[in-house]
Amino acid sequence: MDCDTFVEMVTAYLEGHLDPDTERRFVAHLTECDGCDQYLQQIRATVRALGQLPAESLTESARDRLLAAFRDWPRDSA
Amino acid sequence: MEIADEPGLPPDEIIVGRLRAGDEAMFARLLDAWSGGLLRAARAYVGSHESAEDVVQDTWLAVLRGVDRFEGRSSLRTWVYRILVNTAKTRGVKEGRTVPTASVTGPTVDPARFQGPAEPHPGHWRSFPAVWPSVEGEIEARELQAYVQSAVADLPPRQRIVITMRDVDGYDAEDVCAMLEISAANQRVLLHRARATVRGRLEEYFSGL
Repeated sequence: MDCDTFVEMVTAYLEGHLDPDTERRFVAHLTECDGCDQYLQQIRATVRALGQLPAESLTESARDRLLAAFRDWPRDSA
Repeated sequence: MEIADEPGLPPDEIIVGRLRAGDEAMFARLLDAWSGGLLRAARAYVGSHESAEDVVQDTWLAVLRGVDRFEGRSSLRTWVYRILVNTAKTRGVKEGRTVPTASVTGPTVDPARFQGPAEPHPGHWRSFPAVWPSVEGEIEARELQAYVQSAVADLPPRQRIVITMRDVDGYDAEDVCAMLEISAANQRVLLHRARATVRGRLEEYFSGL
């Protein structure tokens, strides 16, 4: 497997979506190519960096407005 | 990885029953569990954080309007996200933003990084990607956080929403396909291109340190 092919299969590999034969060739290439090993590590690092972005939340006023709307919502069973 | 769901949210039918019965604490828990992800998703379609917040508020109001008719054909979260996406798309169109539907094709890594046919090892790296410092150490720095956020913000909308839901919010592939109503193959292509682009931006960042 060439490196330029390897880099296009990284996501399918991480998603467990390569067929067994392709996965064998992918892993074989990975063990013999430091550049592609590095590339895969960088993709994993990218995913981890994304997973550590700070949480977002509604402003307090928006949250309060929604809770008030919920409270005042017309309900048969209320 | 951030936890996609607030742990301990009850099953959908319990949540829905409580919402119908006017249980405000239940609604507050849902708001707190899902609004962050909804805000990030909305930002793929609209031009500002304020606009995204409007979309999320409109989404929750639509949830209140619709919850009596919710039949559980999808998960509650999937249903809420579908409302969000439709609301955000409509808003984005009003703002004059367009979402291209055609997928981008072609290599995700600059072909110049690989040797050409006349070189000793065609298709192999010219020079290996450099070793990065640990992102765990670096992501603490607000500078890198802001950089990653801007890299995500620069992605085409469909790539942006997929990488956000998968890697930032931590939803699994199946859920994302259901929430966005896209095929597994399409989801994978969008995720692949998005991750490759963000990796490239991080490479630029670390090479400039």
